[in-house]
Amino acid sequence: MPIPSTVPPTRFSADAIDPNRPVIEGHHGAEYYALMTEALHKILLEKQLLTLADTDRVIAALEAPNVTWGARIVAEAWRDEAYAQRLVEDGSKAAAELGFKIKEAKLVVVRNTPSLHNVIVCTLCSCYPRSLLGQPPWWYISKNYRARTVREPRKVLAEFGLELPAEVEVRVHDSNADMRYLVLPMPPPGAAERPVEELIPLVTRHMLVGTAVVAG
Amino acid sequence: MPRFQPGDAVRVVDLHKPGHVRIPFFVRHKTGVVERHCGAYPNPEELGHGRPGLPPVDLYRVNFRQAHLWPDYAGPAHDTLEIEVYDHWLVPA
Repeated sequence: MPIPSTVPPTRFSADAIDPNRPVIEGHHGAEYYALMTEALHKILLEKQLLTLADTDRVIAALEAPNVTWGARIVAEAWRDEAYAQRLVEDGSKAAAELGFKIKEAKLVVVRNTPSLHNVIVCTLCSCYPRSLLGQPPWWYISKNYRARTVREPRKVLAEFGLELPAEVEVRVHDSNADMRYLVLPMPPPGAAERPVEELIPLVTRHMLVGTAVVAG
Repeated sequence: MPRFQPGDAVRVVDLHKPGHVRIPFFVRHKTGVVERHCGAYPNPEELGHGRPGLPPVDLYRVNFRQAHLWPDYAGPAHDTLEIEVYDHWLVPA
């Protein structure tokens, strides 16, 4: 696969102060690490310290978490206000009540209200609650999303099809350190009376990141 | 006992640490309000160099007004941004 042409190194402070600096995608330098990883994997297999089945098992464990796990938590919160409050109080503990163990960090759940809309971004890399939701989508990792969501969130949300009225506060959460974030979207009408199985498919990955809201 | 409590006004200092640290430039020298204490965690600026990063450092979520972070911010004045900041990057404001 061709590697995108290299870009000149930038002074980091220039990134912060020059709003006109274009966002540049690309993974310059990553080919070295990809090659090293492949070489190391091969050596470990040759020395019989690792089997292909071991690698498969790890990949399967990484791929098991998915959006429906997060959706299950949201559906529970929509049906049970006491649970929603416990979720906001201590996300990891409330997730564990339903059997979901957030392994990589503490889970912080931020709740949307008629006057507040939350959106998650990791400007520094691509921090995401992977042990709950699986791997992040491509756009979440893109430099475009990461650079612009903190700076012009309403414009980014509009590009996702979400136009928010000025009365609603937009709160951006930069997932830059030891917490991981999940948005608790506002429920559809009558959610409290509907069965969990009916609610789960209504929750999308975009809603859990805050780039969409429940339709209608 | 954490140095700051929710509601405290704090300013992010610039420690001029080299490399990929967790505190982005857009919050340096900016003033915000502590939203919560997140616990204490090994210092990532030490972990990144293979050192233990202990004792753990208090971590806070700090809320900033977008219009303060970006003087040309296009949205309403009540829009905010929250980000995690380690204790040693904060001073009382």
